[in-house]
Amino acid sequence: MTGGISRRLYGPRGWAILALFCVAVFGVMPVLNLAVPADSPFHVSAYWVTLLGKIMCYAIVAVAMDLVWGYAGILSLGHGLFFALGGYSFGMYLMRQIGSDGQYRQPMPDFMVFLDWKEFPWQWWNSDSFWWCAMLVIVVPGLLAYVFGYFAFRSRVKGVYLSIITQALTFAAMLLFFRNATGFGGNNGFTDFRRILDIPIATPQTRMALFAITGATLIGTLLLARWLTTSRFGRVLAAIRDAEQRVMFCGYDTVHYKLFVWTLSAVICGVAGALYVPQVGIINPGEMSPANSIEIAIWVAVGGRGTLIGPLIGAGLVNGAKSYFTQAFPEYWLFALGLIFILVTLFLPQGVMGFLGKKK
Amino acid sequence: MSISATTATGEGGSLGRVAREGLDSTHGVVLYMEDISVSFDGFKALNKLSLSIDIGELRCVIGPNGAGKTTMMDVITGKTRPDEGTVYFGQTIDLTRLSEAQISTAGIGRKFQKPTIFEHHSVFENLELSMKADKRVRKTLFSSLSSAQKDSIAETLKTIRLNDSADRVAGLLSHGQKQWLEIGMLLMQEPRLLLLDEPVAGMSDDETERTGELFLSLAGKHSLVVVEHDMAFVEKIARKITVLHEGGVLAEGSMSEVQNDPKVIEVYLGR
Ligand SMILES: Nc1ncnc2c1ncn2[C@@H]1O[C@H](COP(=O)(O)OP(=O)(O)O)[C@@H](O)[C@H]1O
Ligand SMILES: [Mg+2]
Repeated sequence: MTGGISRRLYGPRGWAILALFCVAVFGVMPVLNLAVPADSPFHVSAYWVTLLGKIMCYAIVAVAMDLVWGYAGILSLGHGLFFALGGYSFGMYLMRQIGSDGQYRQPMPDFMVFLDWKEFPWQWWNSDSFWWCAMLVIVVPGLLAYVFGYFAFRSRVKGVYLSIITQALTFAAMLLFFRNATGFGGNNGFTDFRRILDIPIATPQTRMALFAITGATLIGTLLLARWLTTSRFGRVLAAIRDAEQRVMFCGYDTVHYKLFVWTLSAVICGVAGALYVPQVGIINPGEMSPANSIEIAIWVAVGGRGTLIGPLIGAGLVNGAKSYFTQAFPEYWLFALGLIFILVTLFLPQGVMGFLGKKK
Repeated sequence: MSISATTATGEGGSLGRVAREGLDSTHGVVLYMEDISVSFDGFKALNKLSLSIDIGELRCVIGPNGAGKTTMMDVITGKTRPDEGTVYFGQTIDLTRLSEAQISTAGIGRKFQKPTIFEHHSVFENLELSMKADKRVRKTLFSSLSSAQKDSIAETLKTIRLNDSADRVAGLLSHGQKQWLEIGMLLMQEPRLLLLDEPVAGMSDDETERTGELFLSLAGKHSLVVVEHDMAFVEKIARKITVLHEGGVLAEGSMSEVQNDPKVIEVYLGR
């Protein structure tokens, strides 16, 4: 195929880059962090492991966002909600793992003791089970996305209207989670985690294990997304993006196509959120702020929509810049982000990938 | 031509069910519209329109701009729901209850007035996506092209004279080629009834001529409804003509009958 959409998973170059990435994540990083002594110039510190782990979580979200925006043409401005719901679902388990080691030395999480709650509310049922919470990580964002998508797509809500509704959805959820009565720690959220699967969470080994699992999830997400978009399903999605009506008149029920990719994307975001929380050590309703979800769209736009690898790079570049800025000139980060977005929109409509493609 | 006139069979699922019932055309009628009215904000785009198309017929529909020709196609294909009236595909399939996708699966293909193809897909992919197949999500995830399907795409490519452009991005085709590609997409759907809204607009004389030949070759095996402004084209292919005016049928008959109808002369041809 010289024109149209690729049918191959990856060419030799793609696989080579992926292999290099694996070597870096599963080989170089663990050695430089765990084996190389801390006073060596080659040592990679915990700061970097956490930062890169966090950025990989964002990259997973960016790939998931590209599936709905870049391929199906659905611009979600609420993907931060699915990420946060995954984070909260797994955060409950991490809170339970604190046991009686909290400030108040009580078996219940500190914020519940503080509120003088004697029993766990229903949302916390079975939350001391790892597998239960791991299941919630998938089911909660997935179910919400499915129900929301079912009504939105069936009523043919699209374009900017859909974007605004998703934005409202995440905003409403944020307000809900800010309330103490909701049972998720109010504006403080969850923090002070101690253990995961009864293993202390702050050791270099646990940190590196979480880092590696995140790396594996990122690769898995990328391959899954690539497989989807190179299948006939992916070609139908791109057709829906370009001419939905024509697709319907070809006999495809486009609601199901959109619903499938939308729900899958939300689930992937939930998983990313669950990986994010133990590494960063905190989850609070701020993750559901409208600005957070807009930022996700910016990563994808910067990297290049509809390329999968572009958004992954975009998430890395923007968040790399963000960690630099928020340390060096904290007040200016939002201006810088806005500027990046404007510059990319004006001069790199295809994002970084479009730029690289043109240079070749 | 690889196009067969047989009804879709064997496609399972909710969409397939419509097709599996098959088209009951025992009375020789493929499409039956009665007393269809559609209004937009009080304006009657269709006003008690009644029309029936026989199996294998090639019907031309003419009429001044705004007569309601496109709206009629919208009603047949489920894009617009009529305020009143009935639309039956064959004897049994009530089109007003089906979605666009179900209507397509049942065997009605449509070419839009403005060519709508998938501009970022290759010509080949455009045909692949419109090909008759099980179009449910879980099937398209794992589907690959059988050699029979590849052959049928190759044949359609030949029919629409785009076999040298199979791998080109469809957006780069000329206007006439896009029109042909959209016709090819219809053929891949293997529909019983083809609705063609101004199919030769923007085509060269040569392309128009070949389109006419193609339509004539399709008639018989398929039923066709062609909306056209180009009277020379209509004259060449028409057996029976329906003249629409202000949302209703003004006249119906052969070219000469219609041309000599005083009402038609007054509102349309005579001007
Ligand atoms: N979606 C719509 N909303 C309002 N008016 C419409 C709509 N679609 C068609 N019309 C009107 O209905 C009439 C018939 O239109 P149409 O079916 O496109 O005519 P034709 O295809 O015969 O030129 C026109 O006057 C047009 O303005
Ligand atoms: Mg029209």
